[in-house]
Amino acid sequence: MSAFRRHLTSRVMTALVVVLSFTAVLALLLILGNLVAKGASSIDWAFFTKSPVPAGQSGGGVANAIAGTAVIVGLAALIGVPIGVGAGMYLAEYGGGRLGFLVRFIADVLNGTPSIVVGIVGWTFIVKPTRHFSALAGSVALAILMIPMLARTTEEMVRLVPNSLREAALALGYARWRTSLKIVARTAMGGIVTGCLVGIARIAGETAPLLFTALGNLNFTLNVNQPMQTLSLQIYVYATGPFDEWHRLAWASALVLMGLVLVISLAARWVTRQRYGSIR
Amino acid sequence: MTSLLGRDRSDRVYRRVLTGFALILPSLILIILGVLFFNALPALERFGPSFLWTSTWDPVAEVYGAAPMIFGTLASSMLALLIAVPLALSVAIFLTEFSPRWLRQPVAFLVELLAAIPSVVYGMWGIFVLIPFLRSYVVPPLKALFGWTPFLQGVFYGNSLLAGGVILAIMVVPYIAAVSREVLLAVPASQREAALAMGATRWEAVRSAVLPYGRAGLIGAVILGLGRALGETMAVTMVIGNRHDISLSLLQPAYTMAAAIANEFSEATTATYQSALMEVGLLLFVLTVTVNAIARILIWRVARGAAVGSKAL
Repeated sequence: MSAFRRHLTSRVMTALVVVLSFTAVLALLLILGNLVAKGASSIDWAFFTKSPVPAGQSGGGVANAIAGTAVIVGLAALIGVPIGVGAGMYLAEYGGGRLGFLVRFIADVLNGTPSIVVGIVGWTFIVKPTRHFSALAGSVALAILMIPMLARTTEEMVRLVPNSLREAALALGYARWRTSLKIVARTAMGGIVTGCLVGIARIAGETAPLLFTALGNLNFTLNVNQPMQTLSLQIYVYATGPFDEWHRLAWASALVLMGLVLVISLAARWVTRQRYGSIR
Repeated sequence: MTSLLGRDRSDRVYRRVLTGFALILPSLILIILGVLFFNALPALERFGPSFLWTSTWDPVAEVYGAAPMIFGTLASSMLALLIAVPLALSVAIFLTEFSPRWLRQPVAFLVELLAAIPSVVYGMWGIFVLIPFLRSYVVPPLKALFGWTPFLQGVFYGNSLLAGGVILAIMVVPYIAAVSREVLLAVPASQREAALAMGATRWEAVRSAVLPYGRAGLIGAVILGLGRALGETMAVTMVIGNRHDISLSLLQPAYTMAAAIANEFSEATTATYQSALMEVGLLLFVLTVTVNAIARILIWRVARGAAVGSKAL
């Protein structure tokens, strides 16, 4: 091959790589643009404060879904965060052996588990025995989704803590558990919080595991033993329904949900930057 | 300060508590497997292995076969990879090899954001934006060029294998891109430098020195994307058409395993029906766990033990 052709190939391939990369970015911008364009006009005070009106009528809001999302995700975080962070601490502090390897591997594999399957677990343990759908079952399913993710991010963050810090504490006569909690975990706190926020952002948008656990509810409720609406379930019902009014509300709900997820994700980045600005 | 002995004990308690948390993860995988298996037992006993290759799905006659969903799951995921892999690898190559420094962070961030969009939002976007776009601008030229192949037979009504595959492709790009990028970052600079010093052009250095070095990890990244695509539920349910049919044509409605569970579980009133859906769930779980395990092993060979791709989660 002549040098000219080789350099031409290089140029063409470079250009192709650039074009394809920007196609991926373009997809994101398109989706976000559509959300704003079609959803923003429907967002007003009533949207946040009113519950849905009967099908076919116009007006109404998604207050029930916003409250439900907060309750279900909050409860899931209450269950999932201690377990996930604890498992992550184990991996970072004692995870060198065979059990550590196994747990790490399983966490990675569980991270890719279809969320709908986890919904079945929530259904089997809570909905089936109690014979009614409940927000609690949804929270349990979401917590299960969170745990492997938190375990891995916590481990990663704790590992960033310099070993010399740990050695200094031990040399001063600190017990190992105290070193781990007071020195290591506290130093990595920003990173751990980031991991938790990213986990919460991810489960906030989950729909599949809630379909037959939290089910959805047209009325405002805060009772976790009852079916409860979330923004994601609301979007599913409204987007696949026949009414234009529903589609309008679906776009607006999607914009709100996306905004919520983005705010949490950006907050997560901000927390990391406070701590690890120079490292990461 | 406690005595040395007492401190020894508290250390042991601390370790035991953490180990307890860690053991929850292996238990979880066993619990999920157990739940699915016992729920699926009636269907397993009743239909045997033929569940995998028969296509009847008749809740009235209580006869169930999952072949169309298995086919649809594999077909939509393959289509997704076909579209997503070139895009995702380009993003990874661009970010590690070609991009000016100031552009790296923004592009990486924007692609990662694709992973933050909830599945149901993708589904809605698919219904209202992607499908009309495919109908007006993609399907007519495709049909004009390749209409004679079996893959483009029939009329395009919207909800179809094509729509499902394209949505899935956009959804898995961030995962494949993030892992591939970390794999390429792990390739030593000396690999590139050696190739460039030998007179290779920039593309030749990438193709002959960088990509082969990271090959196992890149394949792992693609398989990881496959695992995601296989189990993706909401977006696919909303655009794939949900019909128990096997058709080679991309323009026809199809079904996936995850979509079937999402769609039919609440209306599964008989025990057999429910059990059949549980067996679908069991198949899906075993399939994704296997695929993910293979992917992880391949990725770990490149970046041992590191939580590669965790940023894309």
